[in-house]
Amino acid sequence: MSRYFTEEHEWVDVEGDTATVGITEYAQEQLGDIVFVETPDVGSELSQGDDAAVVESVKAASDVYAAVSGEVIEVNEALEEEPALVNSSAEEDGWFFRLTLSDKDELSDLMDEKAYKAFVDNL
Amino acid sequence: MNMLTKGRPTKQEENLIMPDQTGTQTDTGNRALMVDEPLIFERGSADRSGIDLPEAPAVENRLGGLDRSTDIGLPGLSEAETVRHYTRLSRQNYAIDVGLFPLGSCTMKHNPRLNEKMARLKGFADIHPLQPMESVQGALQTIYELADWLKKLTGMPAVAMSPKAGAHGELCGILAIRSALEARGDAREVILVPESAHGTNPATAAFAGYKVEDIPANDAGRVDLEALKARLGPDVAGVMITNPNTCGLFEPDMKAISDAVHEAGGLVYCDGANFNAIVGRVRPGDLGVDAMHINLHKTFSTPHGGGGPGSGPVVFSEALAPYAPLPFVEINEEGHYFLVEEETAEDHHESSFGRMVAFHGQMGMFTRALTYMLSHGADGLKQVSEDAVLNANYILRQLEDILDAPFAHSGPCMHEALFSDKGFSNELSTLDLAKGMIDEGYHPMTMYFPLVVHGAMLVEPTETESKAAIDEFIGAFRSVAKRAKAGDEALKTAPHHAPRRRLDETLAARKPILVWKEPEEFAEAAE
Repeated sequence: MSRYFTEEHEWVDVEGDTATVGITEYAQEQLGDIVFVETPDVGSELSQGDDAAVVESVKAASDVYAAVSGEVIEVNEALEEEPALVNSSAEEDGWFFRLTLSDKDELSDLMDEKAYKAFVDNL
Repeated sequence: MNMLTKGRPTKQEENLIMPDQTGTQTDTGNRALMVDEPLIFERGSADRSGIDLPEAPAVENRLGGLDRSTDIGLPGLSEAETVRHYTRLSRQNYAIDVGLFPLGSCTMKHNPRLNEKMARLKGFADIHPLQPMESVQGALQTIYELADWLKKLTGMPAVAMSPKAGAHGELCGILAIRSALEARGDAREVILVPESAHGTNPATAAFAGYKVEDIPANDAGRVDLEALKARLGPDVAGVMITNPNTCGLFEPDMKAISDAVHEAGGLVYCDGANFNAIVGRVRPGDLGVDAMHINLHKTFSTPHGGGGPGSGPVVFSEALAPYAPLPFVEINEEGHYFLVEEETAEDHHESSFGRMVAFHGQMGMFTRALTYMLSHGADGLKQVSEDAVLNANYILRQLEDILDAPFAHSGPCMHEALFSDKGFSNELSTLDLAKGMIDEGYHPMTMYFPLVVHGAMLVEPTETESKAAIDEFIGAFRSVAKRAKAGDEALKTAPHHAPRRRLDETLAARKPILVWKEPEEFAEAAE
């Protein structure tokens, strides 16, 4: 499994054709206490860069973009009852949705962990 | 009276003045004239009433078994108890009549009492929108003259008076843009919204069915003109731009932006919420704007923020004027004012996209806004924007030595000063400073907005504050900022002196209690 990152502070775990998407530890820290998460509908087709989910904290509401294109096959239903999972475990239990990759080449647009860390350090 | 403390934002005992401050506590939990007021449902009982109602006469029940069998649970209070309940609550409130209201982007200015006097004149206050036009000539003239002022101040040829607030005005403008594009057989899909725009702008565009795309801001907090130009194309219906923008900065490239958008076949919507900074000085029509709403409840001093309804007339360019919504007021050769509506629009306004509301708009606000304009005159309105900008810059320069001011280097601000929490220690943030301001007796500034600045604090004093009032505010702001920079632990639990201590906003948002329940049920539900 390999993990990728975007400049919009999302992480993407890729295993075979399946990608799991969430927001990074840095993003959850910046947002503060998360109070609501809206996940996409299972079965919806997302293109890279589309609005995929919404995350709302006490400070702001932000869009979560589709880091890669594909069909949504599963969403993290636990977030509906417990949005705080994103705060406590942003990069594990607080994942947002899974999709089937439609274009693996898009992964080359994303950063690896080292590049993302350098990106965050520069902010 | 039993007041429930369970599930309350803060518990009653936490709310008492801390013993170490005064060494005393009161038996009631009240603090002198600051009375801890329960919910109205917790006062009185259902068998009491402020008035004696006669026994209901016997009637035939035709509800077919649908009649309610349970108590509806209205609180029973005497008139005196009711009056006291609401008076006590109002004393815990903050209002523009209580003190300076520095909410950036909200333009909370003093509401002159002359406005109120005029709005209460019988000929304005006691009329109905369906009255014969001959009987309401004065009211129609007021709408006509206010429309004329708005057109002159903005340099735009047409205005729709009916939209009822800022975002409603935005929708009106965007619907006109859509009608104009559809009329030329060129329906487009995308509205561009710069990062420095009001949050309602992308919401409006999405509500009207457009796809919204962001345009980044540059280092000076302005629209990145090159990025905007690069994105323009045959799919772009228009841009929504806030000028002055939400960083409190004027967009100097506005004309170039409009020209580029027009060249690409799009139209320009300007969010006029910040018109207060430029009224009498800049005419948006000269900057190539096609539609702009004007918040009468901001720029023209009509009450808002709980004090009254908004009003958001929209001015239009020649290109959009034919699509403006009905109704509007015109004057005939005999000097009579009349309303152009569906029945009468056909001969000269047949392209109107329809109506935003049933009637003329917020008449009470029209009266107040026109009063404000007439009492200031053209020269006075020039001074309004001048003083608003001067006051904001005074605050910016008085505080930039202690607070980070992200765009202060780029020159003067417009009507609002922007700061950030950079440099605070002990993990203190904008939120803590805001709560500290409550203890100092001020409504906090706008916080965490605009989003382009981390930990933003947006302060708008408006022109109606005196230098003495602003100096007092600066003194309070400076002292709390100093504490934040020094890492004062007590700031983390501020406010200490407000009717309620710091609220658990996270819990309130995650598990809101929206319906009052009887104590027993309530206690169980909260388990």
